[in-house]
Amino acid sequence: MSTATEVNISHEVHHDEHHDHEQSFISKYIFTMDHKMIGKQFLVTGIVWGVVGVLMSVLFRIQLGFPEANLEWLRPLLGGWLTEAGKIDPEFYLALVTMHGTIMVFFVLTAGLSGTFSNYLIPLQIGARDMASGFMNMLSYWFFFLSSVIMMSSIFIETGPAAGGWVVYPPLSALPQAIAGSGLGMTMWLVAMVFFIVSMLLGGINYITTVINLRTEGMSFTRLPLTIWSFFLTAVIGLLSFPVLFAAALLLVLDRSFGTSFYLSDIYIGGEALPNMGGSPILYQHLFWFLGHPEVYIVLLPALGITSEVIATNSRKPIFGYRAMIGSMLGITVLSFVVWAHHMFVSGLNPFLGSVFMFLTLIIAVPSAVKVFNYLTTLWKGNIIFTPATLFSIGLVSFFISGGLTGIFLGNSVIDIQLHDTYFVVAHFHLVMGSLSIFGLLAGVYHWFPKMFGRMMDEKLGYIHFWMTFIGVYLIFFPMHYIGIAGFPRRYYSWTNFDAFSSYTDLNMFVSIAAFVTVAAQLIFLFNFFYSMYRGKRAPQNPWRSNTLEWTTPIEPGHGNWPGELPKVYRWPYDYSKPGAADDYIPQTVPLSSTPESNLDHEQELAKQEKLANTAHAKKQF
Amino acid sequence: MFNLAIILGVVLLLAILFLIFRISSLISVAKGNSNKIVSGSNKINGALFMLFLVGMGFLFFWYSFKEFKNYNLPVASEHGSQYEFMFWTTMAVTGIVFVLTQILLFYFSWKYQYKKESKALFYPENNKLEVIWTFVPAIVLAILVFTGWRVWTDVTAPAPENTNNIEIMGYQFAWEIRYPGNDGKLGNTDYRIIDATNSFGIDFADKASYDDFTYREMVIPKGEPVTFNIRARDVLHSVFAPHFRLKMDAVPGMPTSFTFTATKTTEEMRAELNDPEFNYEIACTEICGRGHFSMAKNLVVLEPDEYQKWYAEQESFLQRNPEYLSKVPADLKELAMLKTGLGNKELEKQN
Repeated sequence: MSTATEVNISHEVHHDEHHDHEQSFISKYIFTMDHKMIGKQFLVTGIVWGVVGVLMSVLFRIQLGFPEANLEWLRPLLGGWLTEAGKIDPEFYLALVTMHGTIMVFFVLTAGLSGTFSNYLIPLQIGARDMASGFMNMLSYWFFFLSSVIMMSSIFIETGPAAGGWVVYPPLSALPQAIAGSGLGMTMWLVAMVFFIVSMLLGGINYITTVINLRTEGMSFTRLPLTIWSFFLTAVIGLLSFPVLFAAALLLVLDRSFGTSFYLSDIYIGGEALPNMGGSPILYQHLFWFLGHPEVYIVLLPALGITSEVIATNSRKPIFGYRAMIGSMLGITVLSFVVWAHHMFVSGLNPFLGSVFMFLTLIIAVPSAVKVFNYLTTLWKGNIIFTPATLFSIGLVSFFISGGLTGIFLGNSVIDIQLHDTYFVVAHFHLVMGSLSIFGLLAGVYHWFPKMFGRMMDEKLGYIHFWMTFIGVYLIFFPMHYIGIAGFPRRYYSWTNFDAFSSYTDLNMFVSIAAFVTVAAQLIFLFNFFYSMYRGKRAPQNPWRSNTLEWTTPIEPGHGNWPGELPKVYRWPYDYSKPGAADDYIPQTVPLSSTPESNLDHEQELAKQEKLANTAHAKKQF
Repeated sequence: MFNLAIILGVVLLLAILFLIFRISSLISVAKGNSNKIVSGSNKINGALFMLFLVGMGFLFFWYSFKEFKNYNLPVASEHGSQYEFMFWTTMAVTGIVFVLTQILLFYFSWKYQYKKESKALFYPENNKLEVIWTFVPAIVLAILVFTGWRVWTDVTAPAPENTNNIEIMGYQFAWEIRYPGNDGKLGNTDYRIIDATNSFGIDFADKASYDDFTYREMVIPKGEPVTFNIRARDVLHSVFAPHFRLKMDAVPGMPTSFTFTATKTTEEMRAELNDPEFNYEIACTEICGRGHFSMAKNLVVLEPDEYQKWYAEQESFLQRNPEYLSKVPADLKELAMLKTGLGNKELEKQN
C-alpha cells in the first residue's frame, strides 16, 4: 500500500513540475498516455466503426426492403459479392448481418462508448491526474486498434468475413465446408476478438483501480457521480465475463485448427462423416452467453450513467433516488451473470433449467423498472433545458421503456418458444441495447464535447439530428414487432419461400426507407462533430452549469488535468436548485461551511466539522 | 452525363445547406442568443415531444388494430391457445405500463420545460416511493412468471406413452422426415453410415428400423399427441412451425424433441382462412448457412382415420431400397424380410 501511495505522490509532483511542457506529436496524439486523448482515440475509432457498421445495415436493408433492386452500380465496391443479376449474394448477406452485429456490439457500443467515456470521464470526475496506469491505458487502445485492423481486414479477403451470425455458433462457425465465411474470415474474427478482449481487460482493470484508489479528497463512493458508478460496475462486469468469451473462443480455435471436439459431434457434411465425437454445441452457447448477456449490460450501463448525469443537470434537479439508482445498478450487475441461458430456452436445454432462468431473468426487470421510475421523477417538476444531450437522454429513457417491456415477453420461456429468433427479438434488442446505447453515446458526445475540444457543437444541428434519429429509430424498429409476432425469422435473405411469411413486403419497404433517412441524418452529426472541433463556438468554463469536477479544470485541460492542486470535494454532485441557494447549482468543490443558507439539517453538522478541520489545518500552517 | 448532373446537384445542395447553417449561426450570434440560458428552441422541443407522443401513439394504436388479423397467426395446436393467453396477458400488462410511462415521460418533458421565473423542486429521494415501485413490479412480474412457468411445464412435459413419434432431421438446406412404421419405434441411426440414399444413417442392425419409412412432407394426425424427434446432421438448425407455436433447435450430436397436439386439419384451416392454397409450413430459425432462408417443409394435418389410412399405405425404406438388405446382419435377415414383405417376393422368385 505504502509504495503505491509514494509512487502516486511522485507522479503528482512530476506533473506539477512539468505540466506545461511540450509533447512531441507522437507522444501527444498517437502513443499518448493521457486519458483524455485516449478517450478521444476510442471515440473517433468508434465513430469510424459506427459508419462501417451502419453502412452494412443499409446494404442488407436494401435487400430486405427492395429485393428487386439492381446494385450493379456498387460492383466496383462489392465485386464478387453481387450475384450476376446484381443482387447481394445470400452468403454475403449473412456476412453483412454478422459483421454488423459484431461491429456494433463490440467495436462501437463497447469500445466506442465505455472506452471513450470511462477513459475520458473517470479521472476528470473523481479528481485524479490520470488513470492508475497510463501505460496500460495506452496498451488498451492499441490492442483495440490492432483488433480493429484485423477485423477490418477480414472484410476484404476473398472468402469473406465471418458469416455465422455475431454469436458465431459452432458447428457452422467451425466448419469451412458449411459456409465460406468460416474459413480465414472466422480465424481473423477469433484473433481480432482475442485482442479485443485483451484491450477490454487492460482498460477494465485500470478503470476499477482508478475509481477505487485515485479519488480526490472528499470524493467518497457516496459522492461519486452516477456516471462513475456505471463505468465502475461496467468494468467489473467486463472483467468477470470477457475471460469466459476468451475461453469459448480458444476452444473454438482448437476445434477449428487442432482437431479437438469440444463443440463438434456426429457431423456428416460435404459427403463425409467427420471423426469428431462427444462434443456439444450447447457448451459453446453457455460459454458465449455467459459473456453475451452481461455484454448487454456492458453497453447499457454506461449509457444509463450518462443519462442520469445529463438529465439531472439539465432538469436542474438532483437525480431522484441516488441510492436506489446505485442499488439498482448493483442489482443489475449481479443478476446479469445469472440470466444467460434465457437465450437458450429452445436450444434443447433441460426445461427445468429453463424455468430457473426464466425466474432469474424476470427479476432483472425490477431494478430496470426502478431506474425508469427514478428518471421520470427526476423530470417531474424540473426546469428542463433541452440541450441536444437532454433530448437524447429523454429519447434513451423512451427506448428503455419500449425495449425493456418487450424483454418481459422474451424472458418468459413459454412466449419465447414462438418469438425466439424472429424479428420480435431484433426489434427488442435494437431498441433496448442498440439504440439506447447509441443515444447514450450521442448524449455523452453532445454533453462533454465542450470539455473534450474546448468548443461547442451547434445546437440547432443537434436538434435536427435528434428529431430525425429519434423518429427514425422508432419507425425502423417498432414495425419489426409486428413482423416478429407474425413469425418472420431473422437472418433471412428473403421470405418468399414461405406462404406464412410472404406478407409485409410493404412494411419491410417502409422500414428500409426509414433506415435510409435515419442513416442520412447521421451525416448531420458527423458534420457537426468534425466542424465544431475546429470552427465551433468557444466553450465557456461551465457551459451546462454543472456540479461535477470536470468543469473546474481549465477549459482545455492539459496533461494532469488541474494545473495546481487537485480539487477537494465537499458534497454530492446533485445539489441542483437547492432551496435557499442563490444559484440553481452548487459545484462539488464548494464547502458546506460556505453555504449555510442552503444546507440541510445533517449537512449543518457536517459543515461544523468541516470548519473545525479547517481551523485545525490553518493552525498547523502557522 | 446523368451521373455528373446528380453529383453536381448534391454538391450544390450541400453548399446551400452549409450557407444556411452559417447564416443562421451568425444571426444567433448577432441576436446574442448565446448568452441566454435557453433559446427559443426550448419551447419548440418541448412541443415536439407532445406532438411525437400524440403522433406515434396514434400510429401505434391504429396499426395494431388495423393489422391484427395479419400479424396474429391463427393457432392450430393445443398448447398454442395457452401460449396465446400468456402472450396477450403479457401484452395487456406491458401495454398499460408502456402507454402510461411514455405519456408521463413526454408530458413531464413538455410541462416542466425551462421557465425563467420557476425553479426546479429539490426532491432528492423518497424511500416510500422506491419501495412501492420496487415491490409492485416485482409482484406483477411474479404473477406473470408463475403463469408462464405453469404453461412451460405443461408444454415441456415428457411425451405421453401413446404419442406418435416422428423424426425430423435438418441438414444444409432441407428437412427430412422419418416415420417409425408399424412397430411405433424409430430405428437407431449412426451418422457414420450416412450415404446419398440413406440420408438418415439408418442402422440396419436395429430391428426397429426395418419398417421405418420416409416421406416428402410432414404428415400428422389431428387430436393426437405428436412428438417431433429432432436431429441435425451438420450444423445447428431449428424447427419452427409458427401455426403450432412450436420451435426447437436441431443439434448435431444431441437429439431434442417437442411434443404437441394439432387441433385443426389443413382442410379445416383452409376453410377457416378461406384460402384453398393454405399449407402449414416448417421453417428453420437457426442460422445455418447460405440456404437458411429456403428450408421450407410442408406440414399436413389429417383427421386421425385419414392419417391411419395414409400411414398403412406407406412402403418402408427397405422396401423401396432393397439393396440395403445387404447391410442387415445375417442373423436378422429373415426377420427383416418378414417385416418388409421383401421375403415373399424373394421366395416367389425362387419358386
